[in-house]
Amino acid sequence: MAVPKVCGIETEFGIQHLGGDGNPVASSSLLVNAYVGGLARAGWDFEDEQPGNDARGFAREGALPPEVETHLVNAVLTNGARYYVDHAHPEYSTPECPDALELVRYDRAGEEILRRSMRAAAQVLPPGQRIVVYKNNSDGKGNSYGCHENYLMDRAVPFSRIARQVMAHFVTRQVFCGAGKVGTETAQAGADVPYQLSQRAEFFEEEVGLETTLKRPIVNTRDEPHADPQRYRRLHVIVGDANLCEVATFLKVGTTAFVLAMIEDEALGSPELVPANPVQAIRQVAADPSLKTTIDLTDGRRISALGVQWELLERAVKYAEDQGLGAVGGEAVGREVLRRWEEVLHGLETDPTEVAGQVDWCAKLQLIEAYRDRHGLDWDDQRLAALDLQYHDLRPERSLFQRLPTEHLVGEEAVLEAVGSPPRGTRAYFRGQCLARWASAITSANWDSLVFDLGTDPLRRVPMMDPLRGTAEHVGALLDSCATPAQLVARLSGRG
Amino acid sequence: MAERELKRRTAPSTREGDEEEPAASAQGERQGEKLKAELDDLLDEIDEVLEENAEEFVRNYVQKGGE
Repeated sequence: MAVPKVCGIETEFGIQHLGGDGNPVASSSLLVNAYVGGLARAGWDFEDEQPGNDARGFAREGALPPEVETHLVNAVLTNGARYYVDHAHPEYSTPECPDALELVRYDRAGEEILRRSMRAAAQVLPPGQRIVVYKNNSDGKGNSYGCHENYLMDRAVPFSRIARQVMAHFVTRQVFCGAGKVGTETAQAGADVPYQLSQRAEFFEEEVGLETTLKRPIVNTRDEPHADPQRYRRLHVIVGDANLCEVATFLKVGTTAFVLAMIEDEALGSPELVPANPVQAIRQVAADPSLKTTIDLTDGRRISALGVQWELLERAVKYAEDQGLGAVGGEAVGREVLRRWEEVLHGLETDPTEVAGQVDWCAKLQLIEAYRDRHGLDWDDQRLAALDLQYHDLRPERSLFQRLPTEHLVGEEAVLEAVGSPPRGTRAYFRGQCLARWASAITSANWDSLVFDLGTDPLRRVPMMDPLRGTAEHVGALLDSCATPAQLVARLSGRG
Repeated sequence: MAERELKRRTAPSTREGDEEEPAASAQGERQGEKLKAELDDLLDEIDEVLEENAEEFVRNYVQKGGE
């Protein structure tokens, strides 16, 4: 049986420092610092964890490796997320979420954190300066930055099979989770394409590989499980766009969880759907908003991206019947993924404006087409490129996305709650709760461990090697029964 | 889950030499006009918040690659 698809999203945001000196690393640091400066927080610990679990998923603490200092800003938040500066961008990594709907909530919480950061930065910047954040993936000039997804997988599944069987989904899922883009910006894409489904598709040059910044591969081979490496793999997915439409994020994650679970359970069926030329195919699909382009499969068939998605959906429906929805977010979320998957494919093949409330590239295209009509503009008019950029502006007073009537899956109150509180269904609960209760005693944290300074030597490391342990159900009562972090550590090591 | 037919319209796949699937799009005129009226209102609103100098705005938006 496939392991539950614990999932997360890392987003690198575009940043503009108006009136600044043009150093994006300094501006990103200022932005993140302005937000976390007012919060109790712990630093990020880059050290690898110690192996060894007890039944709750927490190992007894052992000898500790030396601490690593980091000069860039790096913080762990009480919602279990990581907020930091990566290269020249502010980056928010959601906490591990148990399903696609919860991940939509924590992705939205990330947007709120960036908005609060912009306001906090405005307080400390000299008059006339502002830092502005964009949730997009390219600058239109050939520079791309990522929005990566992560999915928990069973280590026993051979990576080569994952790479082969997931490829068709990664090439075609952009029909509902592409964020849309005016024009092209790489030599490979060709200059005569007015609008693309995806911000990122044209940047992919390889099928499978380790790189993320050069020669980007559709399937990324980074192997850092941030969990017990004997049991788990973390599939690091770099092929996606950052979405603003909640339904697009929900489908991006929800459908991918289904496909990965089916791969794990060898339930994808036949014939195998394998694009013959994935790199060419992902660009062809991106460049055709009419969705009529067909791609070649290795078995000689030609099929549209929608055709691939209908086949995957049919197989997912059968998978749900045969094996249930336990691995893909449970009954309610799993069913909702299937329902919306069908709905969006039906809408896309009928008329993409039908799903402008659910799909970013459709929402943006509809807006741009209307603006173009009104002002009689050619596709290369800079006002269209400006609309494209401003769609992604996170400032409420400037965001074009926020003015569009898109569908919400998560209430505003639930988003605000997620800014400060962790998801209840993964180990992020333990991380976030410990930080909320005892931040001053936690010297560092990372995905799979917390390090406590109890005022006695040595520091105590608490590994969390299983993303499915440390949930509210597992540790809620334990945390409530401890008045101090010393009590917690003692209880975890069997001495309390 | 009860066995049911997906509301699929796209041709499953074709092989070399098969006929192209005809375009499938039939939307009600009325819905289209309602949409256009809504979009007009939206464009009026958006005109108020658009960056003033589109060309400069686009030119100045330069990012370092990331990831």
